[in-house]
Amino acid sequence: MITLSDVTKSFGNNHVLRGVNLTIPTAKSMVIIGGSGTGKSVLLKSVLGLVTPDSGTIALDGQDVRRAERDAFLARFGMLFQGGALFDSLRVWENVAFRLMRGAARRPKDEARAIALEKLRRVGLGPQVADLYPAELSGGMQKRVGLARAIAAEPEIIFFDEPTTGLDPIMAGVINDLIREIVVEMGATAMTITHDMSSVRAIADEVAMLHEGTIKWTGPVAEMDDCPDPYVQQFIHGRATGPINAIR
Amino acid sequence: MSAAPDPRSLGHLGLALRSIGRSTLGALASIGRVVLFAAATLGHLVRPPFYWREFGAQVLQIGWCSLPVVGLTALFTGGALALQIYSGGARFNAEAVVPSIVAIGMVRELGPVLGGLMVAARVASSIAAELGTMKVTEQIDALTTLSTNPMKYLVVPRVLAATLAVPVLVGVGDAIGIMGGWLVGVTRLDFNSVTYLKNTIDFLEVWDVGSGLVKGAAFGFIVALLGCYHGMNSGRGAQGVGKATKSAVVAASVLILAANYLLTEVFFTS
Repeated sequence: MITLSDVTKSFGNNHVLRGVNLTIPTAKSMVIIGGSGTGKSVLLKSVLGLVTPDSGTIALDGQDVRRAERDAFLARFGMLFQGGALFDSLRVWENVAFRLMRGAARRPKDEARAIALEKLRRVGLGPQVADLYPAELSGGMQKRVGLARAIAAEPEIIFFDEPTTGLDPIMAGVINDLIREIVVEMGATAMTITHDMSSVRAIADEVAMLHEGTIKWTGPVAEMDDCPDPYVQQFIHGRATGPINAIR
Repeated sequence: MSAAPDPRSLGHLGLALRSIGRSTLGALASIGRVVLFAAATLGHLVRPPFYWREFGAQVLQIGWCSLPVVGLTALFTGGALALQIYSGGARFNAEAVVPSIVAIGMVRELGPVLGGLMVAARVASSIAAELGTMKVTEQIDALTTLSTNPMKYLVVPRVLAATLAVPVLVGVGDAIGIMGGWLVGVTRLDFNSVTYLKNTIDFLEVWDVGSGLVKGAAFGFIVALLGCYHGMNSGRGAQGVGKATKSAVVAASVLILAANYLLTEVFFTS
């Protein structure tokens, strides 16, 4: 279980997180929605330690993440980045097997390649792409490779940063279905940030709405449509008028 | 405590002083950040893990691939130096010093400095652009989430490779530069080939070569460190990467020239 308590973060005069309180239960898929620039990525990166909060605590299974042993902590996570963040200089299979070829989880090269090919197959990519470089792949294929890399070491917790951004609706649907299948199959805890409502409905068990640095609403995805919160209603229906300023 | 006076009340002088003060503080803060970055790099260098494969790739990239540009620079510089010394020496009948001055000038000064500057142009820009692009495309964050320290994986191999490879480049450049002088001396200035080479060898001391190689190591460290520093601290987008690349080359070039003066003071005036 991941617990965020009164987490704040500012960049100069820009107060991005203003006291975020949120609990992500174990083996549940939490989707955080909110407009662009509302701090969703900062929140996600704060949990991973890529951004240091100004105040508040973030706990994983009751332990403050700042006090956790860094490698052991990160070994529990997998992450799919918005743009894939594949390493240009490495072949596709080396990207997928990156964690398996270094550090505590190190495996022999042949075994790491075999696992990488299996994970690529799991996300619908054949062995013919394994020896290509990321620049030779389409955006959708890069996302799938990023997903394969995120699950390669079978992490307990997987983060997805805008998993469908930049994809056509069909490919977005494929990625959403893959994420849902993999999270259920692995029994992983998932945290996704997105503003794509089709992703929310496909991936989420729970939904949290982040606006102006605080969580405005959180609850099961089944209750989202009937939620009385005006922020949530404006966001999920994409209305230009409401409490959220359309021009920021 | 009373508030600081508004510099505008002091007129142009106040505004100028404020501007100078801000620039000075900014420059000092930058120097401090680079020093901390260098200390962190050295700290990671002596602690495992060490990524040998990345180190090997960087030795090839920085050392081997820079050889053509450093070699050509040295060849033409050695040739031009021979012509200049011959022309200048002719004013007081000292044309015979061409071989020794070309050799000393190349190994002590021009080999390391021009080699360092060419490597700065080629390598500092390449490192800053590569790491800057990795930063803006979140590849550096991805490394961290994959339990790999970016300082160890990206910075240490590059800095160590440059520190070891640039002296070798300088040594090769020295030899090519001397050969450039010999070629011009023999073909254009009517020197006897054997005499030219004998004069070159007789007048060179081990420390002449050694000091140039030490300078090369220092310049290699500076080039890779500043390339990595500016790349890892790149701003967002294409403009941020472009600015980081430019800053890396400018800072590395200026620091090479400053370090060259300081090292020359240390090596040859005591």
